[in-house]
Amino acid sequence: MNKPLILTLAGLTKRFGDVIANDAIDLTLHQGEVLALLGENGAGKTTLMNMLFGHYTPDAGYVEIICEDGTPLRLPPGQPQAAIDARIGMVHQHFTLAENLTALDNILLGSESLLSLRRHRRAARAKIEGLMQDSGLIAPLDEKIGALSVGERQRVEILKALFHDARVLVLDEPTAVLTPQEADSLFVSLRKMVDRGLSVIFISHKLHEVLAFSDRIAVLRHGKKVGELTTADADKNQIATLMVGEETALPDREACAVGDPVLELKSVTVRRENTRNSLNDVSLCVRAGEIVGVAGVSGNGQSALAQVISGLERPDRGSIAVAGQVMPAPTPKGMIKAHVGRIPEDRHHDGVVGSMTVAENLIIERLDAPDVQTRGFLRKKRIAQHARELVQAYDVRGPGIDARAALLSGGNIQKLILARVLEQEPLVILANQPTRGLDFGAAGEVARRLMEARKRGAGVVLISEDLDEVLSLADRIVVMHDGQLIEADTRDRAAIGLLMAGQAA
Amino acid sequence: MVIEPRGNISRGVQMAIPVIAALVALGLAALPLGFAGAPILEAYKQMFIGVFGSVFSFTEMLTRATPLIFTGLAAALAFKARLWNIGAEGQLYLGAMGAVAVGTGLIDGPAVLMIPLVMIAGAAAGAAGMLGPAILKTRFGADEVVTSLLLNFIILIFVQMMLEGPLKDPMSMGWPQSEPILDNAALPQLIPRMRIHAGLIVALVAAVIAQIALTKTTWGFKIRAVGENAAAARHAGINANRTLLGVACISGALAGLAGVSEVAGLKGYLTTDLSPGYGYSGIVVAMLAGLSPMGVVIAALYVASVFVGADSMSRAMGVSSFLADLVVSMSLISVLVGGFFARYRIRFAGKAGAGR
Repeated sequence: MNKPLILTLAGLTKRFGDVIANDAIDLTLHQGEVLALLGENGAGKTTLMNMLFGHYTPDAGYVEIICEDGTPLRLPPGQPQAAIDARIGMVHQHFTLAENLTALDNILLGSESLLSLRRHRRAARAKIEGLMQDSGLIAPLDEKIGALSVGERQRVEILKALFHDARVLVLDEPTAVLTPQEADSLFVSLRKMVDRGLSVIFISHKLHEVLAFSDRIAVLRHGKKVGELTTADADKNQIATLMVGEETALPDREACAVGDPVLELKSVTVRRENTRNSLNDVSLCVRAGEIVGVAGVSGNGQSALAQVISGLERPDRGSIAVAGQVMPAPTPKGMIKAHVGRIPEDRHHDGVVGSMTVAENLIIERLDAPDVQTRGFLRKKRIAQHARELVQAYDVRGPGIDARAALLSGGNIQKLILARVLEQEPLVILANQPTRGLDFGAAGEVARRLMEARKRGAGVVLISEDLDEVLSLADRIVVMHDGQLIEADTRDRAAIGLLMAGQAA
Repeated sequence: MVIEPRGNISRGVQMAIPVIAALVALGLAALPLGFAGAPILEAYKQMFIGVFGSVFSFTEMLTRATPLIFTGLAAALAFKARLWNIGAEGQLYLGAMGAVAVGTGLIDGPAVLMIPLVMIAGAAAGAAGMLGPAILKTRFGADEVVTSLLLNFIILIFVQMMLEGPLKDPMSMGWPQSEPILDNAALPQLIPRMRIHAGLIVALVAAVIAQIALTKTTWGFKIRAVGENAAAARHAGINANRTLLGVACISGALAGLAGVSEVAGLKGYLTTDLSPGYGYSGIVVAMLAGLSPMGVVIAALYVASVFVGADSMSRAMGVSSFLADLVVSMSLISVLVGGFFARYRIRFAGKAGAGR
């Protein structure tokens, strides 16, 4: 390596209770280098970066940054301000912007002294505009963040870091929310900044972008660094094996006899002030025994579609029919009764009541059922037995059926929801981002269960941002953009990517 | 300084927190006692005697605890569903007014008929008092903290108006008070020559029913689900609004029963100083109890003991009885702080090596 060293992480270790999130991880970063931190969900990437940035205090190990004059400086643990002072910038997966302030205010936030009477906005604006020109990261500075698209918000986050003269920029899954096209332009911009000497660590679990953009790759698995290699020498299969540890078998795609329509949406229109929650004349037909994949960048109406199918949102116009029966006034309860199983997008927020027990969460959708209650009194023994059976059948791991659901990991919460939904053998299954945030094992389990339900004759609506997931599971693909559904007659990634970006192929 | 959540909290710790908090608050009462120049140990002794010194003082404490159990239950049930009923004081007066409306001669009958009738009238009036804010909340999103709280003052003025007008006792020689509750509509005394009355029994039964309803029925399940995560409850097909309206009615009815018990069990007639803030103290009781109905009984006994004990102490020692309010308030703060430390631990990050 002929580039000078800029950052060293030595033996960083972090435990959460009994779980070792990071186990003695060593990492180096050189000036003008792009280091990709690769690993599946839960491998410890974000934890590691949070220690670098001082959000978490490591249990062992240290972070050392080489100052511009060449002297090494060890960062005090657990102090974000020290990381900022050492000119480390971080762009979190979930943005940390104030929605009611303008982009400019957000960038300046934290850089101004409370005691200073004057605001040096003009100088700041000039500096940011210079940065925008240099990097190609263009954002409307005077718009409020709430009015900006996700891609623009991300650019504001990056500009904020650059404004603070970041020498090291950490990006946590920067492309998770972007279209392929937006992602490409982000990488072009970042490359420009890297050529000017910026060092970048970027976290991802998408192989192709790691291979395309990084100089060096470090692979984490289960909190350990399992490999480090230069991208030029890297081989896709080799990295995938490092990351996953073993081959993941895609679920078998047996041909399935497609039956009668089980879910029909006709010209469904939902008008909301926020276009994210609007549907514009959406028609969709799902037949028994098929998985319809709804691809698209999040925020294009997927949540409105899911709400309509869940019974949470009543369409302003159009109709929804389950198994040929039109639902005049859909409610969540009515949908459950019509055998529509719903796997919500935000499993913590909509899927489970975290402070209630696993057993209680397993019966929450069918409180009227005779095996759950008699004359309004809960049949606790039956409920417990039922819970034990389901927990076993669906391999929900946790402290037990009487433990609060919040104590389960994300994957096990999802298995709990799957158990609750699939146990009822629904006719229609709405799976909204069913594998988001899950590790390979749990995601594979979800996919297997959906395929199983399809085989049984259920019609599945799979809403996912992950195009690979849609491509591997769906029999038919539709693309959601700006509140409208477009049938994709192709399985070509690039063509679907264009549809997702609103451009007809 | 870093605040970190602890893992699972054991049941033992959860139970111990309010007990420790109550003891700490009682201990802290030594400070104002010291400032007041009273001999501290003697003051504590007088407080203890004031509650446990005689059968009479003990029954006085129980009498004082009775409305607190009702209002504590009212707050606990509503808060379980995250319905912030701050209006128990007003609902108490509505309940008392309902009792007076039917129990002072409008109808007459045997006690087996009149007592349930008076209680139903009071409960219904109280329920109506909370139904309004709940409807405003579910229909229009109006914050029930504001609406239920402000209704207290409206209701109190309404009571004044009624006591000056239609409900005024013509025999009261001008005092703004209602006609007395008929003898066969009054709650019977439990012990001769003591003020303790059957309202206590009703309160205890209500607590047991509330406990069972909350933990063993689908209705209680819905309340907990809506309170803990309304979005998930709604997604799971639970009608959150209907659940909230139901809870509002039960909560208001319980607060109304506090008024019935005071007016038909203790005072005999309605005045505007029927309650020294039982509605508000009920919130404290519910919080001390961790929103558990059986806990409410214990917390109500504790709060009543502090009030009665401090009263007797102030008489014996000549210190202000405001000390009782102080102890109750400090208990609540101690419980809240204790609850915080049970859930989180504070770690002080080492400042060494901060070379910036």
